[in-house]
Amino acid sequence: MDEARPLWATPLQFVFACLSYAVGLGNVWRFPYLCQMYGGGSFLVPYIIMLTVEGMPLLYLELAVGQRMRQGSIGAWRTINPYLSGVGVASVVASFFLSLYYNVVNAWAFWYLFHSLQDPLPWSVCPLNGNRTGYDEECEKASSTQYFWYRKTLNISPSIQESGAVQWELALCLILAWLLVYLCILRGTESTGKVVYFTALLPYCVLIVYLVRGLTLHGATNGLAYMFTPKMEQLANPKAWTNAATQVFFSLGLGFGSLIAFASYNEPSNNCQKHAVVVSIINSSTSIFASVVTFSIYGFKATFNYESCLNKVILLLTNSFDLEDGFLTVSNLEEVKSYLASAYPSKYSEVFPQIKNCSLESELETAVQGTGLAFIVYTEAIQNMEASQLWSVLYFFMLLLLGIGSMLGNTAAILTPLTDSKVISSYLPKEAISGLVCLVSCAIGLVFTMEAGNYWFDIFNDYAATLPLLLIVLVEAAAVCYLYGLRRFESDLKSMTGHALNWYWKAMWGGVSPLLIISLFVFYLSDYIITGTLQYQAWDASQGQLVTKDYPPYALAITGLLVASSTMCIPLGALGTFIVRHLKRGDTASVA
Amino acid sequence: MLWLLFFLVSAIHAELCQPDAENAFKVRLSLRTALGDKAYAWDTNEEYLFKAMVAFSMRRVPNREATEISHVLLCNVTQRVSFWFVVTDPSRNHTLPAVEVQSAIRMNRNRINNAFFLNDQTLEFLRIPATLAPPTDPSVPIWIIIFGVIFCIVIVATMLLILSGIRQHRRKNKGPSEMEDTEDKWENTVKIENGIPCDPLDMKGGHVNDAFVTEDERLTPL
Repeated sequence: MDEARPLWATPLQFVFACLSYAVGLGNVWRFPYLCQMYGGGSFLVPYIIMLTVEGMPLLYLELAVGQRMRQGSIGAWRTINPYLSGVGVASVVASFFLSLYYNVVNAWAFWYLFHSLQDPLPWSVCPLNGNRTGYDEECEKASSTQYFWYRKTLNISPSIQESGAVQWELALCLILAWLLVYLCILRGTESTGKVVYFTALLPYCVLIVYLVRGLTLHGATNGLAYMFTPKMEQLANPKAWTNAATQVFFSLGLGFGSLIAFASYNEPSNNCQKHAVVVSIINSSTSIFASVVTFSIYGFKATFNYESCLNKVILLLTNSFDLEDGFLTVSNLEEVKSYLASAYPSKYSEVFPQIKNCSLESELETAVQGTGLAFIVYTEAIQNMEASQLWSVLYFFMLLLLGIGSMLGNTAAILTPLTDSKVISSYLPKEAISGLVCLVSCAIGLVFTMEAGNYWFDIFNDYAATLPLLLIVLVEAAAVCYLYGLRRFESDLKSMTGHALNWYWKAMWGGVSPLLIISLFVFYLSDYIITGTLQYQAWDASQGQLVTKDYPPYALAITGLLVASSTMCIPLGALGTFIVRHLKRGDTASVA
Repeated sequence: MLWLLFFLVSAIHAELCQPDAENAFKVRLSLRTALGDKAYAWDTNEEYLFKAMVAFSMRRVPNREATEISHVLLCNVTQRVSFWFVVTDPSRNHTLPAVEVQSAIRMNRNRINNAFFLNDQTLEFLRIPATLAPPTDPSVPIWIIIFGVIFCIVIVATMLLILSGIRQHRRKNKGPSEMEDTEDKWENTVKIENGIPCDPLDMKGGHVNDAFVTEDERLTPL
């Protein structure tokens, strides 16, 4: 008998591992955006409903499968039914794509972290132009934070066709990120189990500090009021419900095989039902908590911009009409404007086109998500705080912790099936397999550090793990309920944990959750088909803003390949098993 | 007669210094923005100081060392506070070319700002762009230093973990092989009593019958 399977030292380590995997960047930069787009406080209604109906049952299912089968995703699904080995392979492929591009975000977080220890913050000032009479043109047209992100960090090219060279600074940060991940997964659960204490708990400390700071910022209440005033009419919008379902689904990280991998290192008697409920509730609470922080910072930024806008108008009027300095204030702006319009009509009409209509509402309405939120909007807010270096370091350190925590889960999903396989683990020790996987991923990940790398990042982010995952989880749920048998699984769980299976879980697994996933799947497909050719946002340096462009055919081909390579594993796996069995039956038939 | 001359001189002066006149520059001060409550009032004394600073700047230009305060003319002072100024040549008939005035002001901008406790934004010379201070560029970018430190720490930690893992592996390999030696010695001496070997059952080659024992059922469930 080969050596016993490594186990988590305590069940707490398992909970923390699941938490640090599930609580990731999506909680910070996607949920607040969805909240803002789909009705603020009223978005919580579809979100909580989807959590109880779809998130918790599917999470419990994955944990139970992993704990019962005590193998990584490939072995687990092969044990459930030999024709399903393709499901495990699809999970591993999807996890591989995910870890390829996810670690690039960690590289960016490292880059910003290292640059936070300067005074002034490099993204708060524009560099000077050639003859030192003004600021760099691209920086003037965009803002200094956008310039730092698009030019200094990414050095982005105008379109996806122009790949450009590998940016050595980013490449170094990427290598460091992969080294750090390797350090954490080197010893398997022994090392991962200790690291997850940090990656699970420290982000909360930082979030609490930020909450206190955020709530005390000038103008934070504007943002909070904007977020929490429910817009009930959004409940009738089907997009709100589908986005809530999608967010719950992807936030928990279902279908990648990471949860199965983590649960496989559990004691068989572990109460995974309790853990599933706990993890999903904490994950969602973190999303809401993070959006409170985000919106107080939004409010601060919007108020700051609104007041700057007003000050610019005041300066413009003061200069044009040579009024006494300090005479125009925010309070008397409107009446003075009307006075000037009546007293000096010709001059006023000259100046009028330049007077911007400053509106707090429009500032608050600029909803951003993803890397734009994390690296442009947040940095813009941070640069205006006092002691901005400290807040910047804290913020990017938190992003790093969240990212590394999720990477631990991603790599566990790839490594557990590899280390379970007797073929590979007999040749290479665990450390070498991990090192090889990290090395290969790092080498391929260098693609994302090229000048067009961000465009490829967006492709991977939007397509590599969305559609295939829905299919994988659908097959998983259907397989456990109908192929393996719900009754058989129920008795397995009962003998394993000692608790009977609640009727609620059976109803969800058997009926509701698969139906939800099918409808999500149909919705996604119809969305892709209706929108026709896919487009992307490219940065135009001459205008200092994003422009929409069409993907070239080869990019579309690669996108299709990405989706197909994980989805096709399922039928191909079934076909492969069928052929092998047929051959074996043919052999035994010929022998007999 | 004297009155006529006076009017003539002031008329010429008035022509030389006018808004949008040739070689005239507009200056704009934002005293309240810069100094808040400590803002001083802009009176003729301040204007005198301003003329002195401009004359000082011009005197530092080669060939213009003879510029006097009286050669600097101010006009159109508004409430803002803003006004126009020109610098005339010693004959007081022509104004100095704008390019010279511009370069002189640019070279001494810092001194002029400091005389009034203002900066480039609150003391504006329209059409005379200020030379912006370049951001401080350290010889080695700071981020590389921090990157190097963290990189070295991670590499050292990784090496330590790998080496301790290899050592553990070696110890494990040595351990069972030592045990195997003593076991072999025991097994080689087959105990014989009365001509019959003591161990009739061949325990060495025993297999566990999987049909009877599964790992899960070894312990009775609670």
